[in-house]
This record gives sequence, C-alpha cells and structure tokens, in this order.
Amino acid sequence: MDMKNVVDIVGVSKAFGSHVVLDNVSLKVEEGENMIVFGQSGTGKSVLLKCIVRLLEPDSGRIFIEDTNVLTLGVKELNNVRKNLGFLFQGAALYDSMTVRENLEFPLIRHYNFTHLEREEKIKSVLEKVSLEEAIDKMPSELSGGMKKRIGLARSIIAEPKLMLYDEPTTGLDPITSKEISSLILELQKSLKMTSIVVTHDLLCAEIIADRAIVLNEGIVQHEGTITELTTSKDPFLRNFFSHEIIEEQNRSSNV
Amino acid sequence: MKNSKSTIVKQNSMEKRLTEFFIMLAGLWQFQWQFLKQIFIPPFEIDQIRKHMDELGIKTLPIVSVTGFIIGLVITMQMQPVMVRFGAEAFLPGAVGISIVRELAPVITALIFAGRVSSGIGAELGSMRVTEQIDAMEVSAVNPFKYLVITRVFATTFILPILTVYVIFIAFLGSYIAVVLVQNMSYSYYVDSVISSVEFGDAIPGVLKTFVFGFIVGIVGTYKGYTATNGTEGVGKAATTAVVVSSLMILIFDMVLVKVTLWLWPTV
Repeated sequence: MDMKNVVDIVGVSKAFGSHVVLDNVSLKVEEGENMIVFGQSGTGKSVLLKCIVRLLEPDSGRIFIEDTNVLTLGVKELNNVRKNLGFLFQGAALYDSMTVRENLEFPLIRHYNFTHLEREEKIKSVLEKVSLEEAIDKMPSELSGGMKKRIGLARSIIAEPKLMLYDEPTTGLDPITSKEISSLILELQKSLKMTSIVVTHDLLCAEIIADRAIVLNEGIVQHEGTITELTTSKDPFLRNFFSHEIIEEQNRSSNV
Repeated sequence: MKNSKSTIVKQNSMEKRLTEFFIMLAGLWQFQWQFLKQIFIPPFEIDQIRKHMDELGIKTLPIVSVTGFIIGLVITMQMQPVMVRFGAEAFLPGAVGISIVRELAPVITALIFAGRVSSGIGAELGSMRVTEQIDAMEVSAVNPFKYLVITRVFATTFILPILTVYVIFIAFLGSYIAVVLVQNMSYSYYVDSVISSVEFGDAIPGVLKTFVFGFIVGIVGTYKGYTATNGTEGVGKAATTAVVVSSLMILIFDMVLVKVTLWLWPTV
C-alpha cells in the first residue's frame, strides 16, 4: 500500500551571504514516519526545519506539507497550516513571563473556541502525558532543563498536530533524561499518530525514535537509510561520524 | 607611518559606525511602517495593552515621583535669587509653573521613562528573540509583532502623557515646598499665582508632545529587542542602544515640536 507523503521537500537551497547551507535538498517523509536528520554542527539541520515552517525563507525549491506548497502561501493560509504542526525548539522556548498553564493555553485561547473547563481538561491531560501535573502553576525559571523540554513538548502537542518537528530534543540533557524524553516522543507519536522530523546528534535518541534517517553534509543529503544501515555502513564519512557519536555517548554515560 | 595607519583605522571605524547608524534608521523606519500597517488588523489584544500600561505605570511611578518633586524644588530654589535680583519675586510661582508645564515635566519624564522602559522592553524582547520564544509564537500561528510590539507601543504612547500630568502636579508640590522654605508665601497666594500665570494653552502642547515621546520609547525599545542577534551580548546591546537612541530622538523631536507648537499657536 502506498503511504501518503506528509512532507515533500523538493530542491530546497538556502545560503547566508556566500555560505551555502542547503544545496538542492530533497526529502520525503511519509505519514506516521519518524525521520531523523543527522549532521555535523552547521550543516543546516535546524535551517531545514525552520524552512519547513517558514521561519526562514529558502532561496529556491518547494516545500509541500500535505500537498500544499507552503512557500507560496499568504500569512493567513500559512497560519492555517501552522496550526496543524508542532515545533519543539532546542531550548524549549517556553514563554518565560507566563506560567506553565499560560504557556499551554496560549495557542488554545487564540485558535480554538474551547470553554474554560475544556481548556483545563486539555492542559491536565497533556501534563499527565509528560508526567508533570505538579508543574502547572510554576514559572519556566523554576523548571529544570528536562522539565522545560517536557513542557515544551506538551505545548507543542496540546492542539494534537499531525506533524511534529523536533530541533535537538535531547541536547544538554543527561543520558537518563535524554532516554526518557526520547521514549516519551515515541510514545506520543504512536498515541497521537503523528509524523515527525527529528534533528539530533544523539544516537541513543535516534535509535529509540527512528524509522528512517538521513545525514546532511555540505548542504546535501549525503546518506539515507535505517539507523542500523547507517551505523554499520563502510562509508568513511559515516564511520567517522558515528564513531564520534558513539564515543560522545559513552563519555556522557560514564559522567552520570 | 604608524600615525597614518591609525588615522585610516579610525576613519574606517567611523565609516562603519555611520553606515550602521543609517542602516538602523532605515530599519526603524520599516519597523514603524509595519506597525502602522498592522495596527488596524484584528485581533487587538486589548488585555495585553492594559496589562502593559499597568506594569509600565507602576514600574516608573516611584522614579518619576522623586524626580518630579526634586525638579520642582530645585528649579524654584535656583530661580528665587534671580527673581529677587530683578525685583520680580512675586512672579516666581508663575515662572516656575510655566517652565515645568511647557518643558521640564514632559521632557524629563520622557527621558526617565526612556531609561527605565525602553531598555526593559529592549532586553525583554531581545531575550525572547535569542531564546527562540518569538519564533515559537510565530510557529504557533500567533502574530508576534501584534502580540509583542503593537501592544507595548500602544501602552508606552498612552501611559507617558498620564505620567507627565502626574509629574506636573508632583513638581508643583516640590516647588511649593521650596517657596515655603526660601520665601514666606502663603499656599493660597502660591496657587492663585500659578493659576493666573499658567494657562491651559501652556499645558496642551506640553502634554500632547509626550504622546510622540511615548511612541518613540515604545517603537525604539521594541525595534531593538525584536531585531536583537548574537545571543546574550545582543540582548545587552539591544537594551543599552534602545536607551541611547530613544533619548536622543526625544531631544531632537522636542526641538522640532517646540518650533511647530510656536508656529501653530504663536500667542501661546
């Protein structure tokens, strides 16, 4: 059975001045799939995610989300597409002048006609999913890094998006919390039947989540396959890349 | 040889600064244009405007109260011997009153407001920008420009005139205390003297120009914060340059507005 493509990126290029970050990148992500984007720092992984939601405008190419080319949309139509997707930022990007409750209800108040009671129920249910019910009235400054990521995740999924984009969801976390967050992402993806694109350096996270992965290098998709295919490849770049990742993983584990 | 090298370096850095200044002015103009384009598009976020007005008013009230009081007191003490020298001490309350209402209270309140508020807005929005909170808002299909910029600019534009009227009264209180200290003048004589000298027409241009000053404080602070780059260093830069640029612009616009006022109301 042919699976539908939720995201279809066709020949996207992006340069900052003379520095080409993405060079004619093409990528398809199928419905319900978890796609991992690997790559060294500065190879344009986050730029690719930001181009998908048009936080950055690509210089050329087309980006389809469910058959709609988002690059040609006006503000109103683009916002309608954005309502159906979630984005977990690297630092969680919680609004630090708002409590956890206000952070979570922020998109609900603006886009949906839920009653106060319905909103409360949604907030409680999503906090239960990330196991942080007790944090409801806390300010982001009172939360640890892992808790912030969980609340960021809760805020991204509260409107039950069809597509989730994760920008380094486990960066800066210890291996145990990192594993917890990765398992949570997988669990949520299964229960909410979401499609996900995850930018990460974290091999452990990728092993838990990934259905398929790509490796970006020098602005192009250089390798594509399952995690096992990529980590066992004889390609010199991949061997070098993943040996560094594994050493980093071991170092982090021994530091706990 | 060394001297000529250092002169070239100085010239280059001067050129760079000038270029940066003009780029900033162009950016500010565009930002202001965007403000004018989006101002009439719903949602209007009235609750946010009210919240910011409350916060900004409360935040600046203590400092403007103290400054207003001291300005009234000091200017009266300074002017008293001069008025005595010219045998015009009876006109002291009127002279002080006119200078407070027409110039001192509006400009000093605006400058203090700029120092307190513009830097605060610059730092707050700058930190939201570098921690991707503004991006998060945009991705959640909320227009961050309307939610963060328009609400704050509205709040600063409308709270500054209110603060200025308040400072005028506080400065009069300071001035009266100074009059009592240096000269034996009754309260009723002081009040009568101020009322007969300061006309309503003196207060209108003085207070009206603070709407412009409030707008400057808001638009410069939000522009600097909203366009901040380079992490925490960028946040600090946004906060400090917001104060410098808004204070400078207040003084320049004051000069222009005084000229316009005198041209529009020559008898005032």
